[in-house]
Amino acid sequence: MKKLNRRTAAAIIAAAILAVILAIYIGGALLPAAAIDADFSQKGLPPSPGHIFGTDFLGRDMFVRTIKGLSLSLTVGAVASAISAVIALAVGLTAALGRGIVDHAVNWFIDVFMSVPHTVLIILISVALSRGAAGMLIGVAVTHWVSLARIIRGEVLQIRSAQYIAAARGFGKSRLWIARRHVLPHLLPQFFVGLILLFPHAIMHESGLTFLGFGLPPERPAIGIILAESMRYISSGAIWLAIFPGVSLVILVLLIDKLGSLVRYLLEPREAQM
Amino acid sequence: MQDRIDVSKAARGAGMLEAREIVFAYGRGRDILKGFNMSVKAGERVALVGPSGCGKSTLAQILAGMLRPKSGEVTIDGKPLPKKGFRPVQLIYQHPEKAVNPRLKLGKTLTEASSPDDALLAALGIEKAWMDRYPAELSGGELQRFCIARALAPETRFIIADEVSTMLDVITQAQIWELLCDVVSARGLGLIAVTHSAALAERVSERIITFDDKNSPPIK
Repeated sequence: MKKLNRRTAAAIIAAAILAVILAIYIGGALLPAAAIDADFSQKGLPPSPGHIFGTDFLGRDMFVRTIKGLSLSLTVGAVASAISAVIALAVGLTAALGRGIVDHAVNWFIDVFMSVPHTVLIILISVALSRGAAGMLIGVAVTHWVSLARIIRGEVLQIRSAQYIAAARGFGKSRLWIARRHVLPHLLPQFFVGLILLFPHAIMHESGLTFLGFGLPPERPAIGIILAESMRYISSGAIWLAIFPGVSLVILVLLIDKLGSLVRYLLEPREAQM
Repeated sequence: MQDRIDVSKAARGAGMLEAREIVFAYGRGRDILKGFNMSVKAGERVALVGPSGCGKSTLAQILAGMLRPKSGEVTIDGKPLPKKGFRPVQLIYQHPEKAVNPRLKLGKTLTEASSPDDALLAALGIEKAWMDRYPAELSGGELQRFCIARALAPETRFIIADEVSTMLDVITQAQIWELLCDVVSARGLGLIAVTHSAALAERVSERIITFDDKNSPPIK
């Protein structure tokens, strides 16, 4: 059998990761709410073939709860990181294209923003917006654009001064033509990779905030809620309540992170020839 | 001064690229060019020679209309360089790998300004198979051929070759200059070879303009 080159192998792995993530999302969305109804005859069971992640203190299947929690995390992560990335794009472009005083002002604002620990900022925003899904979502979204905005600004400034842009101007090409032909092909991969890498970060914040009680309400099947509840039972030996959902969350985050790295690898033509 | 310019205006002929009393500084820094004058006729090959850092590349960019001087003017056929549209003075850079978009296949890069015909591509030794490759897949000499072909659009009147062979090995240097001189002669274009090598200047040009400390060689 012919050996796969690195690019094809990377594409296959990326597709497999995407399939797993989609399966978790769709699985969580399709599972009926009745699947996590309380069943006191099954409460506190350790992992077994019938309940592979065990059951909790209300007899709910932890596997179903975990999948539903991860699905919810994916939704929150997708929305928050998408909003964050759009803000980053707008701010980065404004700084790079505005130059002069606009660039200085935006950079100053970014520095100020970065000087405040963003977890504290998310909690403040979430509380100010009466907590809940909307508060947490906005909190995560408006605090995570900073590093991507800097990357986009730097990228645009670098491309603007490139000799091939100067050459294109010399050929009489319009700004729109240059943006479409030269700037966007550089910017979009950075943007999409940045967007994907924001994703796991947003998910971790959602879970962390919910765990601390500033995020999603207790009735939602969120991983943060599951982990917060499990703390009360760990001392009595029910470690499966924390370990399985926690490890699942870490695996999901690592998978998305790996997906981001693979997409970056696939979008870089220099890498493509190796 | 006014008299001098008026006299020169009267003397301007068709097919002439002229730089008159060019003064240039980057930002608020010192003047790099202090009243520089030069002229090149269509079909003429001129070399601009001077040590590194003397302002040759800056002048090349001013002549190509990419930088605006503090004072003075660059004219072609007695008229200022066009501010919009295709620039009749095309600059070929020292580093071809920086002058092409690394994310575009070379076929797209080549046709940015015009669609060079097969005869030109053959004359420059550009192979068809290179069109589907990315810049990182070709050598500096091969990329420089693309940059030359790209600059040789039908509207091009003058070519400024800014140290185009400095980064190349000696055999490729000789090939590139031979190709460039042949094409420029065949089309009757003016060529300004910017170099710090006096030997190269003598070999490729009919006339040499030497940069001195004043940066103001007289019009010959």
